Amino acid sequence: MNAYMPYILCMILFCIGVYAILAKRNIIKIILGVVIAEYAVNLFLVLVAYKAGGRSAIFSETEVILPGAMVDPLPHALVLTSIVIGLATTAFLIALAIRLYGKYGTFDITRMRELRG
Amino acid sequence: MIELYVLMGLMIAGAIIAIEVKNLLSAVVAVGVIGLALSIIFLLLKAPDVALTQIVVEIVAVILLIRATLHREIAQKSCGHRPFGALMGILFLGLAVIAAIVTFASGLNPFGEPLMTVSQFYPVNAISGTGATNVVSSIILDYRAYDTLGEATVLFTAVIGVLTVMRSVGKKKEEDLQENNE
Repeated sequence: MNAYMPYILCMILFCIGVYAILAKRNIIKIILGVVIAEYAVNLFLVLVAYKAGGRSAIFSETEVILPGAMVDPLPHALVLTSIVIGLATTAFLIALAIRLYGKYGTFDITRMRELRG
Repeated sequence: MIELYVLMGLMIAGAIIAIEVKNLLSAVVAVGVIGLALSIIFLLLKAPDVALTQIVVEIVAVILLIRATLHREIAQKSCGHRPFGALMGILFLGLAVIAAIVTFASGLNPFGEPLMTVSQFYPVNAISGTGATNVVSSIILDYRAYDTLGEATVLFTAVIGVLTVMRSVGKKKEEDLQENNE
């Protein structure tokens, strides 16, 4: 079971994020939940790519590094893309939250629903 | 890999604090701690490119979140829970545990042994194919350059969206129209 322990910790982190999205009423807390869940997914993909005793996926001129000794570079490249897109979506969510605060004067989503005309 | 477990424990503790603390500014700072711990974990997992990107993105995200929570008198006030949402959260937790058991039993590779069936192509052919010594940059800028193009498209679409939501020009025009009508 020890071989899967990092995956389990990662899943706990994801569950904390999803709990915040589902159970919180403050819109900033919901955004933080989205951010935490996103971190957990990125971490999971990099964990899957790790090779025990492996090296970074960078070749060197002064040292012979075999391709078989490297960690898996493909998830790293895709996680790189995913992190930047996560920042973009987070920025958009924050802009919507600021605009909603300006309109309703509160971060509480249930009161926003009551105020809807 | 004891340091990996310590940092992941720090991340989980930071997540619980971020979700449960009353002050919104403290919650944002706790998320900053999570992101920086995640960056160190990426370094430990031999992903330096991802770690650098994570640090930059984390700092920008914390700045934006502080912009949203600062100067708000409501930042001190906690809003409480949605009981139905909490119930659904517990239900989701059960489903996640079941899915994890099924996935672990049906052959997810153990930690430290990647599959490397398709991705073995990239380290073997990166130097002769692209001339890049960094395999990750050879993937994002050559083999999968269309992914990066799509990433840039999403980024600029989000920037346009933020500018559209945050602009104040439309509001002024509306007020002018009302004044003219009056």
